[in-house]
Amino acid sequence: MIRLEKRPMPSRLWTVLTPIVAVLGTMVAGGLMFALLGKDPFEAIRTIFYDPLFNDQFAAYSRPQLLVKAGPLILIAIGLSLGFRAGVWNIGAEGQYIIGALCGAGVGLALYPSESFLVLPLMVAVGALGGWAWAMIPAVLKTRFNTNEILVSLLLVYVAEQLLASASLGLLRNPDGGGFPGSRNFQQWEAAANPELISGTGMHWGVVAAFIAVIGAYTMLSKHMLGFQIRLTGSAPRAARFAGVNPVRLVLICLGLSGALAGMAGLFEVTGPAGQISIDFGSGYGFTAIIVAFLGRLHPIGILLAGLLMALTYIGGELSQFMLGVPAAAIQAFQGMLLFFLLAVDVLSNYRVRIGKPGVA
Amino acid sequence: MSDTLLALDGLTKAYPGVIANDDVSFSIGVGEVHALLGENGAGKSTLVKMIYGLVKPDAGKMTLHGDAYAPGRPSEARSLGVAMVFQHFSLFEALDVAENIALGMENPPKRRELAARIREVSNAYGLPLDPGRLVGELSAGERQRVEIIRCLLQNPRLLIMDEPTSVLTPQEVDILFGTLRKLSAEGTAILYISHKLDEIRALCDAATVLRRGKVVGTCVPRETTARDMAELMVGSTLHTPERRSTASEDVLLELRKVSLPAATPFGTSLHDISLSVHAGEVMGIGGVAGNGQDEFLSVLSGESLLAPGHIWVAGDDIGAQPPQTRRGIGVLAAPEERLGHAAAPDMSLVENALLTGSVRQKLAPNGFVNWSATRVFAEKVIADYDVRTPNADVAARALSGGNLQKFVIGREILQAPRVLVVNQPTWGVDAAAAASIRQALLDLAEQGAAVIVISQDLDELMEIADRFAALNGGRLTDPRPTQGLTIDEIGLMMGGAHDMEVAHAAQ
Repeated sequence: MIRLEKRPMPSRLWTVLTPIVAVLGTMVAGGLMFALLGKDPFEAIRTIFYDPLFNDQFAAYSRPQLLVKAGPLILIAIGLSLGFRAGVWNIGAEGQYIIGALCGAGVGLALYPSESFLVLPLMVAVGALGGWAWAMIPAVLKTRFNTNEILVSLLLVYVAEQLLASASLGLLRNPDGGGFPGSRNFQQWEAAANPELISGTGMHWGVVAAFIAVIGAYTMLSKHMLGFQIRLTGSAPRAARFAGVNPVRLVLICLGLSGALAGMAGLFEVTGPAGQISIDFGSGYGFTAIIVAFLGRLHPIGILLAGLLMALTYIGGELSQFMLGVPAAAIQAFQGMLLFFLLAVDVLSNYRVRIGKPGVA
Repeated sequence: MSDTLLALDGLTKAYPGVIANDDVSFSIGVGEVHALLGENGAGKSTLVKMIYGLVKPDAGKMTLHGDAYAPGRPSEARSLGVAMVFQHFSLFEALDVAENIALGMENPPKRRELAARIREVSNAYGLPLDPGRLVGELSAGERQRVEIIRCLLQNPRLLIMDEPTSVLTPQEVDILFGTLRKLSAEGTAILYISHKLDEIRALCDAATVLRRGKVVGTCVPRETTARDMAELMVGSTLHTPERRSTASEDVLLELRKVSLPAATPFGTSLHDISLSVHAGEVMGIGGVAGNGQDEFLSVLSGESLLAPGHIWVAGDDIGAQPPQTRRGIGVLAAPEERLGHAAAPDMSLVENALLTGSVRQKLAPNGFVNWSATRVFAEKVIADYDVRTPNADVAARALSGGNLQKFVIGREILQAPRVLVVNQPTWGVDAAAAASIRQALLDLAEQGAAVIVISQDLDELMEIADRFAALNGGRLTDPRPTQGLTIDEIGLMMGGAHDMEVAHAAQ
C-alpha cells in the first residue's frame, strides 16, 4: 500500500525539482495526446519548445514574441501570487485586465488627438485604477458580506467581456473606422503608443513594468512587514490574527494589488501589441497567469521563469497549429496539463511517499 | 489479583532519532489498577498505543491471558477486551450521546435497545448520562463519561485511561475514582496513565515508572511517598520555584464587565467578567477546559475586540485596540495552542520570533524587517529558555511540543511585558523546564508586571498564584487568595461536580 507521510520540513530539493518534473510529465502526457491525434509526438514537442527559439525560419519572428507574451503573464501572475499566498483567491484577473484596458483606453481617447507626453502615463494610471476598482467588487463583498471571492471575481470576468463588446461596438468605436467595430489604433498615435523599445526584442513598457513588479514583490515578501503578514496569513491564519494582522485590510490589499497589476497589463497590451480595443481583446492572459503563478511556486523569480516558459508554449502552440495542424484546443489542454502535473508533483515537497502497511510507523 | 491478565515482554519501538520505548516489560493482574507513570515524552503514549493496536512494536511480545497478543488494529484490541479512553475525546458535538456511542461500536444495536443499555450501565457505575442529549451541550466531565460508557458497553477486561483527570473538577475526580474502584472490584484491570502523584497514590495498586523510554522502577504507590516517585520519574531532585509575594497596591490591569458572545454554536460566551490585577501579582485562573479560557485570552490579546471602556491598563483604555497596539503598551499573551495559534508551524523560529516581537523589539522600523536583529532575538530566546533545536532556521512544527512551548513563553517574557497572559504555560513541558518557566513567571511579577496564568493544573496555580479565580461557563468567580484555599473550595469554584452530585447521593 502506498501512503503519504508529512515531512517535518518541506523538502528543499523537491521544491526546486517539482516544476522540472511537471514540465517533463507534461511533455510525456502531451506527447501521448498528440500521438492519439495522429501527430508525431516528438515533432510536436520540438515545434512547441525548440523551434520558436532556434529554428532559422521562425526564430526571427517568434523570439521577440516571447517577451511580448511573457510580459502581461508575469505582471498579472505577480499580483495574483500575493493573494494566493495569503489565501485570497482572485480568479478574475482576466476581467480586471479587460476593465483596466477599457478605462485607460477611454481616458486616452477622450484626449485624442493631444500630443502631450503625459497621455500614456495618465492612461497607465487610469488602467491600474480600473483594474483595482473591478477587483474591489469581490473584495468589498467578501469583507462586508462574506461572499466567496472565487465566484464573484470569476463571474465578473463575463460581465467585463460584455462591457468590452459593448464598448468596442459603441462608446469607444473609431469614428473614422467606417463603422467597423473596434477603437482607434493607439500604435498610430504617438502620444498614446506603447512601442517596442529596443528593436527586435519585443521589449515594451509592459515588460519593463513586469520586471519592476518581480523585483518589488521579491523585496516586499522577503524584507517588508506586509510581505511577512501575507505569508503568515496564508500559512497559519489563526497565528496571523494573534500576531495582529487585520484580515479585512489584507483582503483589500491583496485583491486591490492584483487588480491594479492586471489592469495595468491590459492597458500596456491595448496600447502596444493589440493596438486597439476590439471584441476579441480578452486573450485569456488573466487565466493563464493563474497557471504561471503556481508554476512559479508563487515565488517572484519562479514566476519570471514560468512566465517565459508559458509564453513559449503559447508561441510554440501557435506554430504547431500552423505547421502540424494541431487543434487549438489541444494546445490549451497541453497548458492545462502543466498545472495538473505541477499540483500533483507538488505533494512531494511536503510529503514523502512510503510503501508499506499502515500503522507500522 | 494473582492471575496475570496482560504481560509485556521486552517491547521496543524506535522512531527516527528517538527510541520511544526500550525493552519495556511489566505485567498487569486481573482487576489490578496499574499506574503508568512518567514525564511528558517518557514514552507512555507510545506504549499504550502498542497495547491498543495503534502502533506496532519493533521488538518484544505481549500475552493476554496467556495467549500471544499482537493487535494489528484498535478494533482487534477491542474485540479481545482491551478498551481505551483517550485524553482528547473523539465525539461529534452535533450528535447526541447514543449516536456517538453507536458510531464507536462494530455492530451497534437498535437505538432503543442501546439507550436502555446506556442507562443501565451508567446507573450501575454511578455515571448518569441521558442518551438523548447533544454532546455539544455536555461539560468536559460528561463527555468523558460518554467515552467511558462507550468502553464499558463492550465489557472490557482491560481499560486504558490516558490522563483522565485533566478535564475534571476535584469532585468529579472523586466520582471517577469510585467508578474505577468498582470496575476493579469486578475484575476489570485498569492501566492508569498520569503524572499526578497524589491521584496515583489514592487509586493504584502498582506503578511502573518510565523515563526516556525505559522502565526505571516499580513501586507500590500507597507505600511510597510522592517525593520518591517524583524523583524516580525525573531522575534528579526537583527544584521547587521560590515564591515571594510581591503584589503591590497599584491596579495595573482592570476588566470591567467584559462580555463576548460565542463565536461558534458550541463555543463559550463570556459573561460580565470583572477583574483587577495588581502590579507584581500572579493571578491564577482555573477551570475545566472549554469554560471560556480561550475566549478570555483572546479578549486580552486583542484577537477579539470589545467596545471601548471595558479593559484598562494603567489608565489606557485598550478594549478596542488591536493586538499590535496592545503589544506596544506592553500587554502580551501566549495562547494554549502552540502550533497554528501561538506559532506558525511552517515558518522558521526566526520568523516566529518576528510574529509577536516586531513591535516591542522594534524589529521592523519603517515597515522593513531587520532580519539580523530578529535572528539575534530568536537566538536569545533559544539560549535563555533552553529550546532544543539545531538552529533558529528550523520550522516550528519540527520542534517537540515542550520545546516549542519554551520558545513561545520565552518569546513573550523576554519582551519585558507589563501585563502577561499565558494559557497552560507548562503543558507538555518536562518537569525541570516547567519549574524554570514557573520561576520565570514569578520573576516577571517580582519586577512589577501583572501576570495572569490560566491553567488546568491546580497544583501549578497553587504553587505560583497569589490569588485564584475560576472560569465556569464563561463566568469568572470572585478571586480569592490562594493561601489557605482548600481543594474542596477550589472544586466548588470550578462548578463542583455539575449534576454528578445526584449520582453521589444515590450510591
